[in-house]
Amino acid sequence: MSTSESVQAVAVEHIEEHVNRDDIRSRMGMWLFLFSELLLFGGLFIMYSVYRYLHQTDFSIASKEMNTYLGTLNTVILLTSSLTMALAINAMQRGKKGLSIFLQAFTILCGAAFMINKVIEWSHEFAEGNYPGSAILAAKPKGQILYFGLYYSMVGLHGLHVLVGMTVIAFMLVFTIRGKITPDNYVKLEAAGLYWHLVDIIWIFLFPLFYLIT
Amino acid sequence: MENIKEHTQQTHSYGLYILVWLALITLTGLTAVIAGINFGKLSIAVAILIAVIKSYLVLTEFMHLKSESRTFKAFIFVAIFFLAVAFTLLFSDYSSFVGK
Repeated sequence: MSTSESVQAVAVEHIEEHVNRDDIRSRMGMWLFLFSELLLFGGLFIMYSVYRYLHQTDFSIASKEMNTYLGTLNTVILLTSSLTMALAINAMQRGKKGLSIFLQAFTILCGAAFMINKVIEWSHEFAEGNYPGSAILAAKPKGQILYFGLYYSMVGLHGLHVLVGMTVIAFMLVFTIRGKITPDNYVKLEAAGLYWHLVDIIWIFLFPLFYLIT
Repeated sequence: MENIKEHTQQTHSYGLYILVWLALITLTGLTAVIAGINFGKLSIAVAILIAVIKSYLVLTEFMHLKSESRTFKAFIFVAIFFLAVAFTLLFSDYSSFVGK
C-alpha cells in the first residue's frame, strides 16, 4: 500500500466515524437563550416585588379577585405537561417513537388546556371591569391598578410563551413523525423540552405571587 | 458509533420522573394550603421557598442539569447569582427609604 493510499484509507475511516454535530454546544446555545428569558422575566419580577412592597394591602385586596382553584388547576396542568415532555425525550432515547409521539401530543394538549383556563379567567376579569383602561379599574386605588397592570403583562407574556412552546413542540411532533428526530439524534426535542420547562418554572413563581397573597 | 454515544445522555428511569412529578404536585398542594393559613410576613417567604424547591427539582431532573457538565452548572449559577444581586441591591435601597 502506497503512502497516499493509506492516507486516503485513514481519511475515509475518519469520515465514517465522525458525526458532524455537537449536541452539548447545541444545548448550551439553548441555555444561553434561556438566560435571556430569565433576564426578561427577572426584570418584571423585580418590578413586581418593588410595587408589592410599596402597596402590600392593595395587592392583597386585588389578588382576592383571582380564582385560586383555576390557578391551582393550571399549575397542576403545566407541571403534568413538563412531566410528559421529559418522558417524551426519555421514550425517544429508548427508541420508543410511538410513545414519544403520544407524549408530545399530550404535552401540546396540556398547553391548550392551560390557555383555555386563561381565557375563562380573563373573560371573568374583563366582565368584572378589571382590565387595563376600564373606568371601574381606574377608580380603584393605585396599588390595585398596578397589581392588574402587572398581572396582565406578566401572565400575558407567560401565556405568549406557552403558545410559542406549543408551536415549537408541534414542529417537533412533525419532525418525529417524519423521522428527523431519532433515538440517535434528538437534540431538537431536548431544546424544545428545555424551553417548555423554563415556561413551567416561570409559572411556578407567578402562581403564588399573583394568586396566593395573604 | 462511539461518537454518537458521546452525544447522547444516559437515560433515567420513567419512575424517577413520575416521583419528581408527584413531589411537584404535593408541593403545589402545600403552597395552596399554607396560603390559607395566615403566617403574616412569613407567608411570602414560605411561598417563595416552596417555589425555589420546585424550580430546583425541574432544573435538576426534568432539565437534566444533574447530568450536565460543570460548565453548565457554573453558567446557571452565575445567571441566578446576578439576578439575586439585583434583587438584594434594589431592596437594600427601597427598604431604607420606605416609611420615611
